[in-house]
Amino acid sequence: MKTILGYLRPHAPRVAVGVTVKFSAAVQELLLPLLLAHIIDDCVPARDLPAVWRTGGLMLVMAFGAAFCNITANRMAAWVSMDMTRQLRQDLYAQTLSLSQAQLDRFSVSSIVSRLTNDTYNVHQMFDKIQRGGIRAPMLVLGGLVLTFFQAPPLALVQLAVCSATFFSIWLVTRQGIPRYTRAQEAVDTVVRVLRENTSGVRVVKALACQGRERERFAAASLAAKKAEQAAGSVMAAANPLSDFLLNLGLVLVVLAGAALVNQGWMSSGQIVAFLSYFTIIQTATLGLAKLFVKYSKGVASARRIEEVLLSPEDQRARPTGEAAPPGAELGMENVSFSYLGVEKDLDHASFLLKKGKTLGILGPTGAGKTTLAALLLRLYDASGGVVWLGGRDVSTLSRADLRGRFGVVFQNEALLNDSVYENISFLRNLSREDVTAAAKTAQAWEFIENLPGGLDARLDIRGANLSGGQRQRLLIARALAARPGILILDSADSALDYRTAAALHAALRRDFPGVTLVVISERVASLRDADRILVLEDGVISAQGNHGTLLNTCGRYRRMAELQMGGPV
Amino acid sequence: MKPHKLLRLGRFLRPYGLRFLLLLALLMAGNLLSLAAPLLSGKAVDSVGIRAGEADFPGVFRNCAGMLGCYALSSLFHYIVSSRLIRTAQAVSHDLRKAAFNHMSELPVDYFDTHPAGDLISRICYDVDTVNATLSTDLLQLGTSVFTVAGSFLMMLLLSPRLTLVFLVTVPLSAVLTRVQMKRVHPLFRLRSKELGALNGFAEERMACRRSIRTYGVEEADLRLFGQRNDAASKAYYDADRASAALGPSVNFINNLSLAAVSVFGALLYLGGGLSLGSLSSFVLYSRKFSGPIREAANLLAELQASAAAAERVLDLLDEEPEAADPAGALPVERLRGDIRFDHVTFGYDPARPVLRDFTAHIPAGSLAAVVGPTGAGKTTLVSLLLRFYRPQSGTIAVDGVPLDAYSRDGLRRRLALVLQDTWLFGGTIAENIAYGAPGASRERIVEAAKAARIHRFISALPQGYDTVLTDEGISKGQKQLLAIARCLLTDADVVILDEATSNVDTETEGEISLAMERLRQGRTCFVIAHRLATIRGADRILVLDQGRAAEAGTHRELLAAGGAYAQLYAAQFQS
Repeated sequence: MKTILGYLRPHAPRVAVGVTVKFSAAVQELLLPLLLAHIIDDCVPARDLPAVWRTGGLMLVMAFGAAFCNITANRMAAWVSMDMTRQLRQDLYAQTLSLSQAQLDRFSVSSIVSRLTNDTYNVHQMFDKIQRGGIRAPMLVLGGLVLTFFQAPPLALVQLAVCSATFFSIWLVTRQGIPRYTRAQEAVDTVVRVLRENTSGVRVVKALACQGRERERFAAASLAAKKAEQAAGSVMAAANPLSDFLLNLGLVLVVLAGAALVNQGWMSSGQIVAFLSYFTIIQTATLGLAKLFVKYSKGVASARRIEEVLLSPEDQRARPTGEAAPPGAELGMENVSFSYLGVEKDLDHASFLLKKGKTLGILGPTGAGKTTLAALLLRLYDASGGVVWLGGRDVSTLSRADLRGRFGVVFQNEALLNDSVYENISFLRNLSREDVTAAAKTAQAWEFIENLPGGLDARLDIRGANLSGGQRQRLLIARALAARPGILILDSADSALDYRTAAALHAALRRDFPGVTLVVISERVASLRDADRILVLEDGVISAQGNHGTLLNTCGRYRRMAELQMGGPV
Repeated sequence: MKPHKLLRLGRFLRPYGLRFLLLLALLMAGNLLSLAAPLLSGKAVDSVGIRAGEADFPGVFRNCAGMLGCYALSSLFHYIVSSRLIRTAQAVSHDLRKAAFNHMSELPVDYFDTHPAGDLISRICYDVDTVNATLSTDLLQLGTSVFTVAGSFLMMLLLSPRLTLVFLVTVPLSAVLTRVQMKRVHPLFRLRSKELGALNGFAEERMACRRSIRTYGVEEADLRLFGQRNDAASKAYYDADRASAALGPSVNFINNLSLAAVSVFGALLYLGGGLSLGSLSSFVLYSRKFSGPIREAANLLAELQASAAAAERVLDLLDEEPEAADPAGALPVERLRGDIRFDHVTFGYDPARPVLRDFTAHIPAGSLAAVVGPTGAGKTTLVSLLLRFYRPQSGTIAVDGVPLDAYSRDGLRRRLALVLQDTWLFGGTIAENIAYGAPGASRERIVEAAKAARIHRFISALPQGYDTVLTDEGISKGQKQLLAIARCLLTDADVVILDEATSNVDTETEGEISLAMERLRQGRTCFVIAHRLATIRGADRILVLDQGRAAEAGTHRELLAAGGAYAQLYAAQFQS
């Protein structure tokens, strides 16, 4: 909670003013009945008509003042909680941007989405409700306690004890409530996950006519959320009646103690009656507080979930020193091992070197570790052993800023944005339209872009759904090329392209990007055959490397693949 | 506020109507009990006596015990009411979420191409939750308020009809004031929910392309864009709050105004001899009772507005046009022979820009048809039409001589097995994912399918094997495709559609699974879209699609001999 509360600090003056305004509103509202009593009890029996008018007028002024102060205070409270939540959400989003891929995997995207949305909302509610409702009630409780101490100190002690017991029990209930709300929010994560899956997978679900199964899956997730919320709610529902009962118990104790005291002649029974009326005020106020605690416990549970993300340490710092790379190595690995789950090695003692401006091809069966190798070159993950070299330096000594802009990458499962063609290629880099056009031309995308209504300004549907698979892929290639990076990684970037387009793409790449260091991951031998070095990956191990000619002679697997694809002996 | 729309929320409350009434009754009972307690406390104080030594302790104890009993019971009632109410509100929310989701699953696929997932999540989570908050606390409070207000009003009317005239001015005044403000505030609350949905939509989309953002180092630009939307959403949130901040206090103002008016006019009446002092003080007491619940209710107004706007967004989702229902007499599909005929089909996602133009083709039952053509030629569109995701603008598609529209849609889809270009796995276990199209398939059959799809070895190497829960990472696109193929192998469909099913699978593995695919094809019509010509060389019929038209059709040999578009495509693969 500390971190979240820190967001309150810059607003402290405003909160203080708001509280004061709210306080004065509460005072005016509390004075109204007193003035009313004054008219009925004093002015009317005295037949003092001017006093009636005067007091009535004062009531009018106070009513107006109370309304004015309340509106002002509510607005100030709304502004403060809005601005805090805005900042919190902004920082949370910024933090998700700096999380490493491994951390992101651990939280899961659905949970992050849910924290960004539902949890910040709960925190907002908490701040807002506490500012609005958290003034009047404590004021009444404290004021009431002080007044009763003046009236009858022994009875006030009873009351103090009861109030402490009440707040203790509210605290106990809240403590029980928070973990339950945490579980409820986790259940909401699952609801979010099923929703996300169903929006992205709608075609498959419908094609398999499995809407019924998905409904069941969603109903189960929703039911779990319902049960978790009910469990939390049932606990928190106890706060109010429990404190009500405890306070009433105090009332009974006050009467009993009062009876004894009166019997001893230490006080009059009238004092008990007066005492009881104060007691009722305190009671009403405490009940108001109990209600706030429901919002509070829900808010705290969410705040902790947000903090969990905010406080995640940076786990990919740039190390000060690393191993020196062999001279001339633009890209390379030495004995690199890596595992996603820590069980099976996804990459096992991989070693290779590539000089600047050369082309590396990676071939291997599905699941051999091709994409993993690329992810390590990009430092999306850190190798568990060995050294990865980039630009002649140990990649673990490079910060994110060092890595920025060096790569152009086409990832396998990357989604396009629901934005213009231009923005999808420029991708937040504010590239000139000439650069974007040139990249689109190299990527063999210009022809279809030209035919879209609006050309570069044509708007894509969500995930580029209004384009064909091959068109989407070419836009992603154009995005990778547009900033003219020094290193280009194409991970199965031509899988959805027909062979003619793919061949044209590779020819254009050679023509337009002569000096680029290129890494091509492909299932197609045709896309790799011109590479200066080809790695054959099998089960995370580089089983052979060399150029097309060498591999044809030395690597049986490579030759088999080539023959299969080329339709006969090569 | 459009009342008719919110009235439709009643559909979700009605099943719980009796429960709401019972809870209201219980709440009343609890309130009465806590009102009875002060009477007893009065008696207890009376028993204490005035002077020292006069206390009637048995009387004090008796009355205190009575108080305790009343309080205990009333607390118990209140606990039951509020916990039951939370349960009931959650049950309503659950129903609402389910209804929203069920409706969502009926919507046509293109709805999801234009409506961000984040916005849908926002409706089904945030908006439903807002409604829930109202149901679980505000509604009952409103109920009790109405009750007390009505009761006090009646008492006041009996005491002094003339003085009640004050309320005949102030009550309608506050009603009008509220109505005017609500009208102004309502669009702001709608905007708030909408902006929040848009923000969520943005965040959700950007979360899905984290790797690109990171690689291109555009975190700052992305954060700036998020900031703009965040600011807009926060502003909308505040604007609604700011405008509605006046709702409660202004009603309270009029309420306090009437208190002042009552005391002044009451005093005037008394001085004019129209009212006794006792009646005046009772009247004032009741009018204070009257104002308490109004105060409470007035403070709820803003929340009710937020809820109404949220409820409308959920109801709007329920109003979206679903996929056309099966017509009466739609043919249930038991088995298909698999004779597919496209007859002069023209279709465009945007009708002005047709993707398929006058496309005609015939795929005889049991044959293997391959569709080739440059990217963007309309190959996947053919599949979408066959699956009835869209309807052609003209022309007909017939299966077994019957137009597609005549079949029950889900029945038809169940007879088609397919592996789509965009593979999709849900966050369940691997076994569940493989058995997705064939619920209840035994573990043996699942393993068998996985073996045939050459994915068994990968699965068994995982620590939890077939029970591994899939996540976004740690599985490649090629492996996803193999899982999709295993899924397809388990179904008993009559028509198999493979849209670039093995585009990310290496050639060797593809060769290894071809046997399984062969078996899958046996006795079924098979519709294959592929770029790799090795995959399609053996097809009975190859359709060459170019710019939405069937440019050529024939066997591999015939098409090569013809020397047309196909021959060129073929040459491209082997030259370089």
